[in-house]
Amino acid sequence: MSGRIVIAGTGAVSPAGWGVPALMAALDRGEPAATEPLERQGVVTAVRRVPADPAAVPKSARLRRTSPISKFAAAAALEALGPDRLARVQAGEWRVGVVSTLFNGCVNYSNRFFGEVLADPATASPILFPETVFNAPSSHLSAMLGSTAPNDTLLGDGAEFFTGLEVAAEWLARGEVDGCLVVGAEEIDWLCAEALHDYSRGFVPSEGAGALYLEAGDGPVRLLHVPDPVSFTGVADRAAAARQLRETLAAGDEPAVLLVDSLTGVARFDRPEREAWGDWSGPTWSPRTLLGESMGAAAALQCVAAVEAVKSGRATGALAFALGGNEQAAGARFGR
Amino acid sequence: MAFRADSSPTFEARAVAITGMGIVSPMGLGFADNAAGFRAGRSAFRPVTVFDVSRQRVGTAGQAEVPERSPDPRVSLRDWDRMDRGTRLAWLAAGEAMASAGLSGGAMPVVIGTSAAAMPIGEAYYKRAVTEPHRRAGQLRRVETYQSQWQMNGLMRHLGVSGPLRILSNACASGANAIGHAFHLVRSGKAERVLAGGYDALCQLVFAGFDALQALAPSGIPRPFDAARDGLALGEGAGFVVVESLAAARARGARVIAEVLGYGAATDIHHLTQPHSEGDAALATMTAACRMAGVSPEEIDYLNSHGTGTPLNDVAEGRAIQRWAGEATAGVKVSSTKSSIGHLLGGAGAVEAVICLMALEGQWLPASLHVREADPVCTFDLVREPRDARVRTALTNSFGFGGANATLIFRKEGAA
Repeated sequence: MSGRIVIAGTGAVSPAGWGVPALMAALDRGEPAATEPLERQGVVTAVRRVPADPAAVPKSARLRRTSPISKFAAAAALEALGPDRLARVQAGEWRVGVVSTLFNGCVNYSNRFFGEVLADPATASPILFPETVFNAPSSHLSAMLGSTAPNDTLLGDGAEFFTGLEVAAEWLARGEVDGCLVVGAEEIDWLCAEALHDYSRGFVPSEGAGALYLEAGDGPVRLLHVPDPVSFTGVADRAAAARQLRETLAAGDEPAVLLVDSLTGVARFDRPEREAWGDWSGPTWSPRTLLGESMGAAAALQCVAAVEAVKSGRATGALAFALGGNEQAAGARFGR
Repeated sequence: MAFRADSSPTFEARAVAITGMGIVSPMGLGFADNAAGFRAGRSAFRPVTVFDVSRQRVGTAGQAEVPERSPDPRVSLRDWDRMDRGTRLAWLAAGEAMASAGLSGGAMPVVIGTSAAAMPIGEAYYKRAVTEPHRRAGQLRRVETYQSQWQMNGLMRHLGVSGPLRILSNACASGANAIGHAFHLVRSGKAERVLAGGYDALCQLVFAGFDALQALAPSGIPRPFDAARDGLALGEGAGFVVVESLAAARARGARVIAEVLGYGAATDIHHLTQPHSEGDAALATMTAACRMAGVSPEEIDYLNSHGTGTPLNDVAEGRAIQRWAGEATAGVKVSSTKSSIGHLLGGAGAVEAVICLMALEGQWLPASLHVREADPVCTFDLVREPRDARVRTALTNSFGFGGANATLIFRKEGAA
């Protein structure tokens, strides 16, 4: 193959709704999505949830007993792939790999199953347990595609999605797949919502999924650069990681290039990123400030927004940048 | 690793070596104890004491002996305390791998497979949250240390390795996939050397999960490939290797333990927890790995099977072996070392890779223990007792929930 990898499709599920148009409309409006209270045992957490829309969930026997994360991942992935390619994959004419990136994973069923175990392990549901495994959503996705091509699930902080892009690029370069879906998905329940508030009450826990479909060849939006993530183990702190990644990702100020950043609205956590990009003169979008902190899904949604901005001609190029909580700074550059 | 659209995607495949290995399992801490145990055909199951099993159907597993304190003074008591049980296992095995490779740290990618990660800490968080929902003291530390990347970043810091870090969670194939990723990174020239491995510790949620599925052998002793096998036993441990370009290894005078010849990965889409009855995906990964390695089934001197001991897994893998080896099936020597130490889940593939390296180094075959009457699918040479053998090439299979399948092939240095 050539060194050209194109983003041939995008998919999104977010508190703004199901589908990329809902995501982009929310970013255009610039208004934070509505919050709702999540309550248990007297503890109330304000969260941003994906609106219920049963008609938007892909129809598949594999999704019948799954928790929301698998449904979000499947909807975003199938939107990114599109019906024509899906038919080719299902006919065995096109090999599509799946890379799923997670921070929390299947927390709803883990919560329920462990609760049952503590109550009485003899009656704990054998249906719930397999859905607690990190790679359950990606497994369902491959099964829905009818694809036996490689399928990897990656764990990491909120910047892990970019490693998923690296893995996809490696598979494409080696010719192991004809195309690759990279999906970042998360679901919330009280367990992870309260955990996020242990860091700061300023975070608004959220959920959803973002997906990019990558192929070799030509197309309107190319993947130009995914630098090695900067691990916090090799630098002094998060600020140093942010600066180092920024230097690698963005050579200089480019007024027509859009920056889609990972600012959350929580000053203490945002400060290193603000400082690293303080002199950025181009336009900037901050989806997490509108949609909430959807952890492993958030960077995926940033990338979807970046790609859509280039595709629509609103920017000649776009950078997606994420400063994770405790692992890495990472990013990607998209362009024509 | 990094992708740039303006750099050439083509590469000349490089020879890949294993220059370091480390292992912790229920058999013991370190390579020597494990090699002695597998060579002697020891079985390492015992009552589970790390959590309450009094209400489970099964109360035994391959529980490892984990030191109360770090054996290395560079890891403080505080840091040891913040490592979860699985990370301690991983750190011990990774440290042994680095030392045996003659490395004391440096810039290298780290690829790690795990299934349960730091679940025991998550369990502690959960128990506190439901019993005392308004008491948050200590909860932030549990949230932070529960995260696998926090744990693995700490492991890297203690080893003096700077990354980047890649954590794979493909259920029970995670460890093999991690070594496979490392193999490709080195083979394609994206990295000179990579620290790779897998780990998992016993934890209540997963133990209860397999018990709920009635996948655990009621006796607590698994009998892979026995006609009357009735389930698996869980275990815990870690296996790590240093994967390095052969050229780099030779340039620095490192001991080359083995070459990595091939890797195959595929997805079984039959069912979330059950393999295709004919082992289609297993056949695909064994075939792909052999093709990459340039070897035929006749040239595989030892096959370390996934061999969990569940009725469905073993017959599916057996059928895959028959289809893969064809007329050569009778000569293929197969064993499941899970019969000795249990199923190490995310650690299994990496630990079993290290066991293959033991076989290559020691020129003996580890056994499938506890077999009373072999299943009819065993038309291959099921190794029921450890035996001396000429072992030049070894293959290991790993399959997981979700259909993650992986095969790795190793060859003894200089055996071509």
